Amino acid sequence: MSVNLDMNVLIQNVFNALSLGGLYALIAVGYTMVYGILRLINFAHGDIFMMGTYFAFYAITLLFLPWWLGFLCAICLTGLLGYSIEKIAYRPLRNAPRISSLITAIGMSFFLESFAVVVFGGIPKSFNVYPKIFSQVIIMGKTRIPILTFITIIVTALLFLFLWWLLYKTKTGLAMRAISVDIPTTSLMGANVNKVISVTFIVGSAFAAVAGILWAMKYPQVQPYMGFTPGLKAFIAAVIGGIGSIQGAIVGGFLLGFLEIMIVGFLPSLAGYRDAFAYVTLVVILMFRPTGIFKIYSEQKV
Amino acid sequence: MRKAYFILLMALVVFSTLSFSEGVVKIGVALPMTGNIASFGEMVYQGIELANKMFPDVLGMKVELILADNRSDKTEAANVVSRLINLNGVVGILGEVASSNTLAGGAIAEKARVPLLSPASTNPLVTQGKQFVSRVCFTDPFQGHVAAVFALKNLKAKTAAVFTDVAQDYSVGLSNFFVKDFTAGGGTVYKEYYQSGDQDFSAQLTDALSHNPDVIYISGYYPEIALMAKQARQLGYTGPFLTGDGAEAPELIKIGGSAVNGLYYTSHFNADHPATKMGQEFVAKYEAIYHTTPSALAALGFDDYLVMLNAIERAGSTDPVKINEAIRSTKNFEGATGYITIDKDGNAIKSAVINEVVNGQFTYVTTINP
Repeated sequence: MSVNLDMNVLIQNVFNALSLGGLYALIAVGYTMVYGILRLINFAHGDIFMMGTYFAFYAITLLFLPWWLGFLCAICLTGLLGYSIEKIAYRPLRNAPRISSLITAIGMSFFLESFAVVVFGGIPKSFNVYPKIFSQVIIMGKTRIPILTFITIIVTALLFLFLWWLLYKTKTGLAMRAISVDIPTTSLMGANVNKVISVTFIVGSAFAAVAGILWAMKYPQVQPYMGFTPGLKAFIAAVIGGIGSIQGAIVGGFLLGFLEIMIVGFLPSLAGYRDAFAYVTLVVILMFRPTGIFKIYSEQKV
Repeated sequence: MRKAYFILLMALVVFSTLSFSEGVVKIGVALPMTGNIASFGEMVYQGIELANKMFPDVLGMKVELILADNRSDKTEAANVVSRLINLNGVVGILGEVASSNTLAGGAIAEKARVPLLSPASTNPLVTQGKQFVSRVCFTDPFQGHVAAVFALKNLKAKTAAVFTDVAQDYSVGLSNFFVKDFTAGGGTVYKEYYQSGDQDFSAQLTDALSHNPDVIYISGYYPEIALMAKQARQLGYTGPFLTGDGAEAPELIKIGGSAVNGLYYTSHFNADHPATKMGQEFVAKYEAIYHTTPSALAALGFDDYLVMLNAIERAGSTDPVKINEAIRSTKNFEGATGYITIDKDGNAIKSAVINEVVNGQFTYVTTINP
């Protein structure tokens, strides 16, 4: 087991980690929003992420839309998909025992994967639908940083600003925060609970689509099971940060990104077990601090 | 009324399958048709289908192919083999591409005493200690040796970064054989690890490139190789890649783009240099049907079917044990990938081809004999 300590390698790895962590954070937000409101772990979230990339791929290759319009279309469609999933699969079970909704979520995940296999085909597709500028590399000394890394970080930051505005500056956001505390009471206060929950799913799914598109630009390969591992990792990130907390999802995402990259960077011989490290971290967190880093108080919860 | 109709329909279905199942030889095909390495399954099956079209009968009976998808998954690989044997009653099984999957499925076939003939699993463990598992391709000690010699002599490499997929028996074995022969020839290696399904290799590559390797050897499958090549080029690597036969799939080029130019790989076949007459015929027929050049895996699928059919013919029976004996006594059989002789351990002894990706095309470099 050799330990590699080289300044250039370290800087390079910091950027590698930022880029991966940003993507985890974007996906984790969807998990945490839904959990915060409904106490439901939406296991189909990784597959919504996958559908988002397929939508973008087909909007551009089949409908010949320009890339930005294609991406926008995919984000909207994925939002719509999230809305429909909530309406068809989760809403009828809202008052059922929590385990029923959880199983429904797993079923939804399998359904979306099988649907993608049947409709889009099981063979990975190449996601080469974005302008070449996105795959360029900035060279700073000995460090080489893909432009996509900066785009990922900027997009992540912008989306979180938007989320903050939505939660703390709008009526819907107020209702979301209220629902996360107590659904019946919020409903008595005159808030349209169904509408607010729908908005949560739409926003969470749209975030997943953005993450999916950025993911596919970084790793240009689209296939029906691509959502499984990122979904699971984002779930771990959400738990590390404290599931239900938005700040937690962001911090957890970046922490997991750093953990994975640095373990591989410093201990290359353990690289094959990086997934195992992520899962061990999950177990440790659940054992010693099940609430995660950001212990949620009611006013922070979404 | 509706119920009666349904029963009548069911009866009809049952009878029609019964009457058809006479005079049919059922051969199972277990392949990854979906999932990570779905492209392998598709290519092999195209080869098998073509061979079936050209030679549809054996012992005066029609051959019926029963395709089962293992979703590129080890557990599923064992399930489909037992399904083919117990439910479909096949007399032999073609298939499993990835060595890990063949190992999982092979154990089931061994127990049921039904021959399993792999088109492309190259890990030595696949047939080791097995009576009923054989293959029509060369094995990894040879493939690793060929790659090491090529790296030292042709690429003039002194240092190599070796990437191993710890989740694949194929990759673990092949890396070891490459490292053994490369270091024996005076080379130095830096080992890096990953796992199939990984998409981010930036940390491993950053570490590997800090040693300035002359060549990067990746012993894995095309989805990871394509992404790794892409990320290596982004990190500033301009040298050659060298890989095993797991690289060859159209997706390597579709996903890897210009990053995989300068990638060399050891393979079983090149359509521009078929080793036999049968190989030429195969290329012509394949191109006429699929309008593209056949890959090594399509050629191996083609040979897999032919060897199985030839064995059934020589056995003169559909008894799986007799077919297995015939498979293991295959001598100098003319296939598309060369003359196939299967030794007493179930392994084929054949020459290897080295191909290179040039401008997005798989191009022939050289042939190396055992």
